[in-house]
Amino acid sequence: MYGTGRIIPALIIFVGLMTFPIWYNGGKAQQPPELVLPTEYDECVRDTQFMRESHMVLLHEWRDDVLRKSGPRSGVTDRGLEYERSLQKGCMSCHYDKQNFCDQCHDYTAVVPDCWACHLEPTKEAI
Amino acid sequence: MKKDRRDFLKLAGCAAVAGVGSSTAFRSLLSGEAEAAGLKRAGTSKAMEGTRLAMVIDIKKFHQHRGLAERCIRVCHSIHNVPDFGNPKDEIKWLWTENFENTFIKDTHRHQTQSLHGMPVLTLCNHCDNPPCVRACPTKATFKKDDGVVAMDYHRCIGCRFCMAACPYGARSFNWRDPRGTDEHGNPFIDELNPEYPARGIGVVEKCNFCTERLAVGQLPACVEEATDYEAMFFGDLNDPDSEVSRVLREEFTIVRRASLGTYPSVFYII
Repeated sequence: MYGTGRIIPALIIFVGLMTFPIWYNGGKAQQPPELVLPTEYDECVRDTQFMRESHMVLLHEWRDDVLRKSGPRSGVTDRGLEYERSLQKGCMSCHYDKQNFCDQCHDYTAVVPDCWACHLEPTKEAI
Repeated sequence: MKKDRRDFLKLAGCAAVAGVGSSTAFRSLLSGEAEAAGLKRAGTSKAMEGTRLAMVIDIKKFHQHRGLAERCIRVCHSIHNVPDFGNPKDEIKWLWTENFENTFIKDTHRHQTQSLHGMPVLTLCNHCDNPPCVRACPTKATFKKDDGVVAMDYHRCIGCRFCMAACPYGARSFNWRDPRGTDEHGNPFIDELNPEYPARGIGVVEKCNFCTERLAVGQLPACVEEATDYEAMFFGDLNDPDSEVSRVLREEFTIVRRASLGTYPSVFYII
């Protein structure tokens, strides 16, 4: 084979570089994001699993119901806690620490929701 | 059978008359079926059912109390996080004043009393019963609510500005710049953000929402509340004979802007 002396080492270096992330992180479990949960309440508007998977669906449902169908602006949890069906006035009133709640998972999963292009983040005073 | 030219023309003429006379297209034109989709002719009666929120503005009261209109505008724009880009080309307006002759252009004439000439009139979205903006919107970002409010879902707005072209009242503004940005001197376009209400992003159209978020919690629109002490603005359900707007409309002579367009505005003016 022509140029074996250069091709084989170059191939080894290339494969080594390409697989760098695999062997560098090998054996270590990826740490899931750590969320700072509100201390004032121990329940959310739905159960944790539903909120984890479908909070965005819930937000869309609230939006369409409140905005278009003049639906109720507040709701009550199973345990009787009243909440506002609003991202800015509802969710963020408990989860005011956006950096340690929303952003943690969104950064981890590399999703970039554009909520905050219009909605106002909780101010420093609220934290 | 031999046909000469004269016979042929006679026959063709008869056929044409018979054809036109019986054609469904001609008959539907006569009965008005072929009108533009959904467009009602001005003057046709509308069904009086459900809630239809409306506003009455007494322009004389605003003339008497100088500065009231500006206060109404300020309170509206501050609670709704309306930016001030400091330039009329980019201006965002939910509530604003316009000269009488420009507000009621085509509803007035040039021999009108001089006292009205140049008088500032408070103007806002008319929340039409037959809103052209809603028909024009390709994404249903703007829609008519059950209570008569023409509302917007800014999430769906793609910034095509068809609604701005459709609105005959100039009630819609486009965000050419980021409302939460700053000017060249570093001053924010929104002086103080109201944390109870969202702002908008660059590239969406916005307009007055009749304070639908305040109505939902039993409050009056902010401008009406500001003008309460002066009895300059009234608000209520047009279909409720006991409401304040119904009472004022019964007692006073009122006009709407561009009634001939058949948009059925919900904002009435006492001149």
